[in-house]
Amino acid sequence: MTISLTVDEIHRLYEKGDATPSEIVRAALDRIEESQSSLNAYLTVSRESALKRAETLDSGIRDAVRVLPLAGIPVAIKDNMCTEGVRTTCGSRILGNYIPPYTATAVKQLEAAGAIIVGKTNLDEFAMGSSTENSAYGPVRNPVNTDYVPGGSSGGSAVAVAAGHVPISLGSDTGGSIRQPASYCGIVGLKPTYGRVSRYGLVAFASSLDQIGPFARNVRDAARALSAISGRDVHDSTSAPVSAPDYLAALTGDVKGLRVGVPAECFGEGLDAEVKERVEAGIARLRERGAEVVDVSLPHSRYVVSVYYIIATAEASSNLARFDGVRYGYRTQQARTLSDMYRRTRDEGFGAEVKRRIMLGTFVLSSGYYDAYYEKAQRVRAMLVRDFDSAFEKCDVIATPTAPTPAFKLGEKSDDPLAMYLNDIYTVTINLAGLPGVSVPCGETRAGLPVGLQLIGSHFDEARLLNAACALE
Amino acid sequence: MPITQTEVEKIAELANLELTPEEKDSFSLQLAAIIDYIDQLNEVDTSQTKAWQQRSAGDAIISAVTRNDDAAPSLGAERALENAPDPDEGHFRVPRVIGG
Repeated sequence: MTISLTVDEIHRLYEKGDATPSEIVRAALDRIEESQSSLNAYLTVSRESALKRAETLDSGIRDAVRVLPLAGIPVAIKDNMCTEGVRTTCGSRILGNYIPPYTATAVKQLEAAGAIIVGKTNLDEFAMGSSTENSAYGPVRNPVNTDYVPGGSSGGSAVAVAAGHVPISLGSDTGGSIRQPASYCGIVGLKPTYGRVSRYGLVAFASSLDQIGPFARNVRDAARALSAISGRDVHDSTSAPVSAPDYLAALTGDVKGLRVGVPAECFGEGLDAEVKERVEAGIARLRERGAEVVDVSLPHSRYVVSVYYIIATAEASSNLARFDGVRYGYRTQQARTLSDMYRRTRDEGFGAEVKRRIMLGTFVLSSGYYDAYYEKAQRVRAMLVRDFDSAFEKCDVIATPTAPTPAFKLGEKSDDPLAMYLNDIYTVTINLAGLPGVSVPCGETRAGLPVGLQLIGSHFDEARLLNAACALE
Repeated sequence: MPITQTEVEKIAELANLELTPEEKDSFSLQLAAIIDYIDQLNEVDTSQTKAWQQRSAGDAIISAVTRNDDAAPSLGAERALENAPDPDEGHFRVPRVIGG
């Protein structure tokens, strides 16, 4: 039995009595284990606990599917979300033996909706990367073509869905880490509005940018997952007291009169010709279905990568100061004094990209450079936010490519951090503005690599955003 | 802007990182390239702009982030120490603080 099925399809099997959660979960686990040597998408596979939980659902599953939106659905979780009693590494050596004493709220919510966690997925260390080559536990490969990266940093979670292991997985998105791998792997990836989903239990990278969101094979499943994980959480003061509508009910596919903004700045220099062609064809499809396409402008677009890499690294340098070998995680064996222990622990525990970003973040916050870099970036960020405010006066959603190119080959950019950063040019901007964005497949290149179209919505307008995405499928 | 070895060492010290000589070499080159790129922000006139501030959930919500300071059960010392590399009688033990 394969489980390259959507939630609706699995639920139909359950309703008809054609499958049980145990059978579906066992099939998922078998496929995961078969694929590990070629894709390396998982850091922990929870075979025993997943099968045990599935068994408890077996006898009542026909009733459960009526009340629980994710009843008996196997899911995978990016390994930077805490899971009580299950190792959570963040793809880092420094957390290699970390067993959290609590579970992230979003993960709890998925479980409360009936989902069964089958494993924790591989990622760029501390979610820092665009290719999932920065994991301390080896790179992840793209199931579409294993010579290519799956994108990052949530590469493992993207692969879990793209390879047909699970219909839904969770990733985190600080500058594109859900949308870009979704684009590279040919699936749907949603970064919700900042504050839509609790970040409690998500190991912090850049706190003003981080947000948890789902990967799915179609928009319906992404909407279903979003409904499950949305909402205010007393443990996260940045989670918003804004009620979540029924995202599934919003998916009519009717886009008549929807105003789709197209910013010329996102279709110029640096954009691969084939990607441009596919994305423009996607926008044309929206027009055929009755949407109105309007020109909008995001005049500060060319500065987004600079603003992002100043702010994200500044916040990271502060957030990652907690990893010091005292309370949890790895500690060096060779230190005579406390300060010695801090420095060596961090040097031995962190990988190159994480150290590079801590260094850059420390630099832009340091005395003498703070105003020139950090303060400057926060000012330009305010200008970017205003660009979006103006654009949304003229349109309901904005359409851009998700990434400037299709997936690249393993090793192709790993020696050139700046080239890797520039790959984030269309995705980082919506994290800086706190907006929701979704990557939807819109065809493939002649070489067979998937292309994603990014739709951006206004704050808390995920219902309209997902409906527009649905019209593209 | 070139980044000297001394500057790399100073940043590493501020960041509590002990870098190998190879890392110092590669970081000084890579950081210089990245800083050269982000210096493009100098083109933008920000003299009339205030720095961005969190408006987490859209403008209306920002006031709703306080709560009553109610006592609630916490993790407890035993569980909090479960992941500690060197726990000792309810404490975290570390190498000596003074000297060296």
